[in-house]
Amino acid sequence: MTDTFVPPTRFAVPGRIAVSNRAAAVWQRATVVEIRRETPAASTFRLKVPDWQGHLPGQHLMLRLTAPDGYVAQRHYSIASAPEDAEASGEIELTLDHVPGGEVSGHLHTVARVGDTVEVRGPLSGFFAWPGDRPALLLGAGSGVVPLMSMLRHWRKAGPSVPLRLLVSARTPSDLIYADEYGDETRVILTGTEGRLAAGHLAPLLSSSSLPEGGWEAYICGSNGFAEHASRLLVAAGQPVDRVRIERFG
Amino acid sequence: MTSETAFEPTRGFTGRARAADRDPRLPPGQYDAADGWPVLSAEVTPDLTPADWTFRVDGLVTSPRTWTWDEAHALPASEYRGDIHCVTSWSKFGVRFGGVSLDAFLAAAGPRPEATHVVAYSHTGYTTNLPLSDVTDGKAWIVWEYGDGPLPPEHGGPARLIVPHLYFWKSAKWIAGLRLLDHDEPGFWEQNGYHHRGNPWREERYSGD
Repeated sequence: MTDTFVPPTRFAVPGRIAVSNRAAAVWQRATVVEIRRETPAASTFRLKVPDWQGHLPGQHLMLRLTAPDGYVAQRHYSIASAPEDAEASGEIELTLDHVPGGEVSGHLHTVARVGDTVEVRGPLSGFFAWPGDRPALLLGAGSGVVPLMSMLRHWRKAGPSVPLRLLVSARTPSDLIYADEYGDETRVILTGTEGRLAAGHLAPLLSSSSLPEGGWEAYICGSNGFAEHASRLLVAAGQPVDRVRIERFG
Repeated sequence: MTSETAFEPTRGFTGRARAADRDPRLPPGQYDAADGWPVLSAEVTPDLTPADWTFRVDGLVTSPRTWTWDEAHALPASEYRGDIHCVTSWSKFGVRFGGVSLDAFLAAAGPRPEATHVVAYSHTGYTTNLPLSDVTDGKAWIVWEYGDGPLPPEHGGPARLIVPHLYFWKSAKWIAGLRLLDHDEPGFWEQNGYHHRGNPWREERYSGD
């Protein structure tokens, strides 16, 4: 046997979060127990998943719909609710944009109602997860705030033992998901009036005097355009490239 | 299919594309991304210019070698025209990538008989594992062109690996090298829950599929 291979380059994305893969291989039936309108374009779907094995904030799942002829459509969606919520209730929440022409989101927004069942598989992927152990700097745009809200909710429920800051970008107040839930930890950037996320928004968080002990673990979620822009700004402001985790919504 | 759940339709769901007239190019569980090309890298897009880019083949080979941009471009040109499939369930039809067949690089390095697998790694440190047989005999390319233009940075430019018959996380962006091994060694996503091989036609998405 040759030795274990280590790439001769710095690993920009540390895979330090080990997650169980057991649940990822099994489809489970989930029941819609609540549908809440968040914005004109986004709704939250609360699902009861009887055999949910727990998740870390930031993880996603695969959701599947089946037509009578056996045709299936499946998509990845971030989990919005905190692990503590699932532990207490056996329920998880997803928040979905109604994508124009979207086969799965369109069904959920226009046809699905409480009592319906769908199938889910997960939680999936550990790299974007935040277990709550390191200072977290979260940057989200549009529905990219969904996995970050799971982190914020977890942070509040678990008791804030490390700093957390959220920068959330939305076009107008009516596009802002979870508007009522943000507190002092959050800076909302309304791009319709203020323009997009800029270096000036990040500078106060990344100056040497404001860096938390050990520095930030940065999580970016949004469209690819936002992710590219935000990650470049962060790195330019001094955030180490191997402490940036990105979840891009196609 | 991997489901152990009994088949049960979702109330009211008919599907945009019925199974009967489903495009035969679509593997199970995939949808047609049409003109879209989602970007799903987990890391910051590196600032990597052609002058910085190198590609190395080493490990169980007789002649470990590193190619510069110009040296790689001096190899015989080859292209892939066809479909690509991402584990996140989109597929893209009829794309063109231009570059060089991986066979040309491997022929120069000379795989040793005991080599059975490779780890492909990126200039970012991303890794993914492949059986050697999945990247030889015209099945894999190092590419720097998409369509008629240069490969965009967020899609792996200046150069990436493509292994189009497997899910696209195997097609490492910003490719830096291949190390040939005598065993299978899981890469980044394989350690994070994805399947070791990733055949879209068998829906090998996750560990355990």
